[in-house]
Amino acid sequence: MLKEEKYQKLKEIIKIYLPEDVAITDIEQESHFMNDLNINSANIVDIVLDVEDAFDIRLENEDMEKMQTVNDAMAIIDDKLAEK
Amino acid sequence: MNRRVVITGLGVCAPNAVGLTDFTNALLDGKSGLRHQPNLEKLGFGCQVAGEPLVKDKLIDNYFTPLERRGLNATGIVYGVIAGMDAWKDAGLEKNTTDEPSWDRGIIFGTGILGVDKFREAIHLIDEGNVRRLGSTSVIQTMASGISAYLGGLLGCGNQVTTNSAACTTGTEGILMAYDRISQGKAEIILTGSCSDSGPYVWGGFDAMRILPRGYNDNPTKASRPMSATAGGFIPGSGAGALVLESLESAEKRGAHIYAEVLGGEINSGGQIGQGSMTAPNSMAVQRCIRNAVTNAGIKSSDIDVINGHLTATSKDGLEIENWSKALGRAHEDFPYINSFKGSVGHCLAAAGSIESVASILQFKEQVVFKNVNCEDIHPEISKLISDSCIPRKTKKHASKVIAKASFGFGDVNACVIFKAFTKE
Repeated sequence: MLKEEKYQKLKEIIKIYLPEDVAITDIEQESHFMNDLNINSANIVDIVLDVEDAFDIRLENEDMEKMQTVNDAMAIIDDKLAEK
Repeated sequence: MNRRVVITGLGVCAPNAVGLTDFTNALLDGKSGLRHQPNLEKLGFGCQVAGEPLVKDKLIDNYFTPLERRGLNATGIVYGVIAGMDAWKDAGLEKNTTDEPSWDRGIIFGTGILGVDKFREAIHLIDEGNVRRLGSTSVIQTMASGISAYLGGLLGCGNQVTTNSAACTTGTEGILMAYDRISQGKAEIILTGSCSDSGPYVWGGFDAMRILPRGYNDNPTKASRPMSATAGGFIPGSGAGALVLESLESAEKRGAHIYAEVLGGEINSGGQIGQGSMTAPNSMAVQRCIRNAVTNAGIKSSDIDVINGHLTATSKDGLEIENWSKALGRAHEDFPYINSFKGSVGHCLAAAGSIESVASILQFKEQVVFKNVNCEDIHPEISKLISDSCIPRKTKKHASKVIAKASFGFGDVNACVIFKAFTKE
């Protein structure tokens, strides 16, 4: 899977969790889920589950703790896909 | 402090209609919301008839964001939010868009059990060793107070936000709890109501108790027969009703439309003593509840011209009529008009009291007493107590002055509320 394709797929997942005052165009690779995108911490849990489903991988609790930014998520997805 | 309390908003999500206009028309015509349920047949239920609001996906989109809809599997929350938000809007109120909670506005919105289907989902995942896959909304959809929490958040309320639960008395109890709080000056506006989930996991227990009729699976609209000689048990239903209760001061200041005044009422229990049990009412307590409601409301029993009973369509309907008759000291031709909406909406359990209160109050506005359906054959025991003319079988033109509404529930609990046509003095 191309990096751009992965990024788009991730953005589609994140989109639904954005509060009203944040647009999909505000999502950047460096964006911090909670600080920049104002995503509710409870919803990070749901993003993890959606990522698992979309990429057919399994994220552990430590992965979730490390997943602070969009870039972090991309790196974790890469690692998990490589392990497969 | 004993302030006057009025009703300024109504909302409803019922088996026979969603929204006030359709609900009013359904009640005028006696339109049934009871249908054969294929899923109950598939599961081998004895009673395969139930009342479930028909809520289209497009309608849900008006009340929930795409994010809120994700994984939403709690019908009670859907019904409660539709009814609650509609009532708020009907009262001419808006969402709180300021930075401060609305300190004098609260929510008392009851339920019996919430998010049963969501809970089932969770149970399956947990039993598969997959607790990590529950997602973030499992708790908020299955906690009993999920419904008041949801509404409280949508409206930004800063007063008491809670969920009451007293079986089939829940909705009526909530109105009296809201009345108390406002009349005591602890709140100005309270959105009260109740909701009940749909589906086999809510209704199954009643089917297992063999208290639902089994002979109407092919004839669902005839299945629920309050006060009828051929009544054979109640038909389970679901949905939500909602009312905005407000201090008269606040309503007048806002120039709000006033549907009716709440004069108060009474809540009690029969203690499961004597005739009372977990599932049967103690008549002593029922009569006391009605008598005290009359006293607390500051009226005489002769002031009541319309009653909306609990009247579930079981063999106990006759006993309920006897209790009303004894409590009010009124019988035969002197008895008020009485109706039960359960013939067309079924018994909506925790939502019954609120849905039926909304319907009762609409009678003031429409200047009618809505008809009873499926009791062409009034039970002879009832005919001995009150005149058949007290039981309208056709919607009757009548400008109600005082309506008494009661609900009774498992646990031997009772509530009776008194509504009065609004006059300035």
